[in-house]
Amino acid sequence: MDLDPTLLARIQFAANISFHILFPTITIALGWVLLGFKLAYARTGQQKWMDAYFLFVKVFALSFAMGVVSGITMSFQFGTNWPGYMETVGNIAGPLLAYEVLTAFFLEAVFIGIMLFGFRKVPSWLHTIATFLVALGTTLSAFWILVLNSWMHTPVGFEMRDGVAHATDWLAIVFNPSMPYRLSHMLLASGLTVAFLLAGLSALRWLMGQRSPDVRAGLKTGVVMGALLIPVQIFAGDLHGLNTLEYQPQKVAAMEGNWETGGNVPLLLFALPDEQARENRFEIGIPSGASLILKHSADGEVPGLNDYVAEDGTPQHPPVAPVFFAFRVMIGVGVLMLLVAWYGTWQLRGGRQPKRPLLYALSAMTFSGWIATLAGWYTTEVGRQPWLVTGVLSTKEAISDVPGMVLFGSLGAYLAVYAALMVAYMATLVHLARKAGRPKDGGDVRAPFPMPGLSRAADATPAE
Amino acid sequence: MTELFADPSIWLPFVFAALMGLSILIYVVLDGYDLGVGVLLARGTAEEKDRMIASIGPFWDANETWLVMAVGLLLVAFPVAHGEILSTLYIPVVVMLIGLILRGVSFEFRAKAQPDHKAGWNAAFVAGSLMAALAQGYMLGLYVMGLEHTLWTVLFGLLTAACLTGGYAFIGACWLIYKTDGLLQRKAALWARWLLAPVALGFVAISLATPLVSQRIFHKWFDLPWLLYLAPLPAAAAATFVWLRRKLQHLPRHDDRGSFQPLLGAILLFVLSFAGLSYSFYPFVVPDKLTIYEAASAPESLLIILVGALVVMPVIGAYSALAYWIFRGKARELSYD
Ligand code: HDD
Ligand code: HEM
Ligand code: HEM
Repeated sequence: MDLDPTLLARIQFAANISFHILFPTITIALGWVLLGFKLAYARTGQQKWMDAYFLFVKVFALSFAMGVVSGITMSFQFGTNWPGYMETVGNIAGPLLAYEVLTAFFLEAVFIGIMLFGFRKVPSWLHTIATFLVALGTTLSAFWILVLNSWMHTPVGFEMRDGVAHATDWLAIVFNPSMPYRLSHMLLASGLTVAFLLAGLSALRWLMGQRSPDVRAGLKTGVVMGALLIPVQIFAGDLHGLNTLEYQPQKVAAMEGNWETGGNVPLLLFALPDEQARENRFEIGIPSGASLILKHSADGEVPGLNDYVAEDGTPQHPPVAPVFFAFRVMIGVGVLMLLVAWYGTWQLRGGRQPKRPLLYALSAMTFSGWIATLAGWYTTEVGRQPWLVTGVLSTKEAISDVPGMVLFGSLGAYLAVYAALMVAYMATLVHLARKAGRPKDGGDVRAPFPMPGLSRAADATPAE
Repeated sequence: MTELFADPSIWLPFVFAALMGLSILIYVVLDGYDLGVGVLLARGTAEEKDRMIASIGPFWDANETWLVMAVGLLLVAFPVAHGEILSTLYIPVVVMLIGLILRGVSFEFRAKAQPDHKAGWNAAFVAGSLMAALAQGYMLGLYVMGLEHTLWTVLFGLLTAACLTGGYAFIGACWLIYKTDGLLQRKAALWARWLLAPVALGFVAISLATPLVSQRIFHKWFDLPWLLYLAPLPAAAAATFVWLRRKLQHLPRHDDRGSFQPLLGAILLFVLSFAGLSYSFYPFVVPDKLTIYEAASAPESLLIILVGALVVMPVIGAYSALAYWIFRGKARELSYD
């Protein structure tokens, strides 16, 4: 059988990282939310915050484990699937990855033990600090990996010697031109994903008939958090787009589906980009919209894909259709989030009960953050093609010589495992949501949360 | 000495090889005991399974991070070697990763999914631990055989796969002697006694095979005066085996004295084997093909990492110690609230 190893390696890498990123997206922001629940309890003494904590700490633990194991796979895949990558830019990628392991992975991995299982073994303040350090660790890890990823999009601070990149300015590398935009956009994406997860699971619990105060607390926290973050995200996304226009214009051309450079470019709501004919079919657009958004004037010049074709006719721009559609999926979900979160905030104002349409919408959108996040990453990553590191290393040059058959087999194995785990993960979240409403050990009253200074409860508690 | 330190392209690769070796050793010992507990899980009752898992619960994630560290160091310090080794071992690496995935998630699922799924997740936990341990042992065997694929090297790989899995189960049993009590502790002592012999066999097999495969390694061990200088290594290992055998006969005791000692002995065995292997393979990172000096990355980048590592490693050590201190004593069932 003739299997193209480059294609298989790309599919395998994309499948693995797509699976991986789903869980960091949850853990990065959920860590801070859990810290918030604990602090809210410490401040108000209301049991609902602890109840919410106990449900979502389980969601966190599960997501964290999924993130860790798929992340370990990722760290092997850098070498196995892309040996040319490390050989060319290893001097820059290496230290960044090493700092991620040193400053982030150990921090989160050690303190997660204390955070999850030390509840009754350590004083409350130490437990709060452990929770804080875990949240900090996940965020730091996002920082380092996004520094690396941004550098791959907008490489600076290095020089090429004998075909190998050598760092000349680490500050420039870390604070490369697209890093601030990518980092803030991703952290906000994580916040939104968690907001809708909180709201969605709480809405599901409400629909199952649970009415305890923590259900409402979770619902309201999620909805308000979403309502606050989404406008910021749209603003950050706009800035991100302007940054990309400056450094990777061919990506923006693909996102907009614009073939000819010029003014008065419409904002396409829908189209079928046809790369063979180099034109769009079935265009529906807002006249001059893209020019307005990108250049803030109706006749602003927007780059076109036809500027990125080599003499011999081979395109030097990314594949258009995937970038074009992925971008629209992200924006579409963003707009939907805006509508639902704002409507929800208004509907829940002043302690009002949630109505059915809101509950259905929210539970349907439980994982909407995942869809937007993946769509966003596909826009960015496919939009970088044919480069792996813009202008430095092409994806083809980085490929390994693992035979196609072996890659095919391992890809199949990963996909089967991931599909099974995804089903189990979702089923378990629903199970946890359902179980959370049931009284524990015959009574609804949980053991009070140990406060500093008070004696600690016995070590032995029944297993969950 | 000053000459040595004058040229970073000489001492940096050495320092990084040492750091990487240290990470691998720490990984093998730490994840070794928790993979071993995973393998032994097959033999516990339902209640014992909960306690066995509780004994490793707070630690497994940090233990596995040492694997990320070791692979990371290989990747950043010796990128060419990383590509070569991991492409050759592609299939066992995939088996190991899928094993680690199964294990890591079963740990969470078994406690959170519907109760009637628990047995299934326990089975996945055992299967994952077995896959990871066997794959690592197989990789060790192939590495010792110079990363060649022939009938004999593959058979040898299968032998080391079985032996390393036995070794992990052994250190896992020693961990359980230390962290549990009652009937489970007695069972663990029994397991440890059974496993000691296969572990010794593996030890001898690898020690004999390594010099036989490579002329270079043969001379490193058996030429005078090295034979004399190195004699303490196998002697210490033999003494540890005898000592462990005697200790295990009398454990556990009613007052629980000495329950930590088998674990100590097991760690010592891993350290000794590791020292022997490092001596054999130095200065090669890909056996007989690529030395650490040829494979190293640019010194500037390594220096940046070294500075970070020297600052951060003691901190990691300190908070890891804090975690072991917090979760000291006998393991009870775990719960979040
Ligand atoms: C924006 C965030 C983000 C992105 C893009 C990535 N990761 Fe990740 N990763 C995390 C955010 C994260 C995290 C939040 O820090 C995780 C998730 C759960 C966890 O335990 O840590 C994590 C875990 C995690 C682990 C396990 C760490 C441990 O043992 O605790 C490894 C080895 C990696 N990742 C490696 C990678 C690699 C090689 C990536 C890219 C190719 C990558 N991650 C993309
Ligand atoms: C976390 C979310 C991410 C997702 C969902 C994602 C997705 C993808 C996808 C779909 C591709 C394939 C593009 C194509 O071949 O057309 C790709 C390529 C790649 N990305 Fe990412 N990526 C992510 C983050 C990262 C990060 C953080 C890095 C590195 C630091 C990275 C490094 C790469 C590499 C090395 C390739 C290989 C080139 C290729 O497959 O074409 N990615 N990614
Ligand atoms: C609705 C307004 C939004 C706009 C204008 C916007 C804009 C953008 C742009 C221009 C990119 C491409 C970056 C590049 O060129 O490399 C991008 C990427 C991305 N978007 Fe959005 N976005 C929006 C909403 C969202 C939402 C709601 C989410 C998730 C909850 C999200 C998650 C992402 C992610 C994860 C990436 C890839 C990582 C990155 O490059 O930062 N976006 N976004």
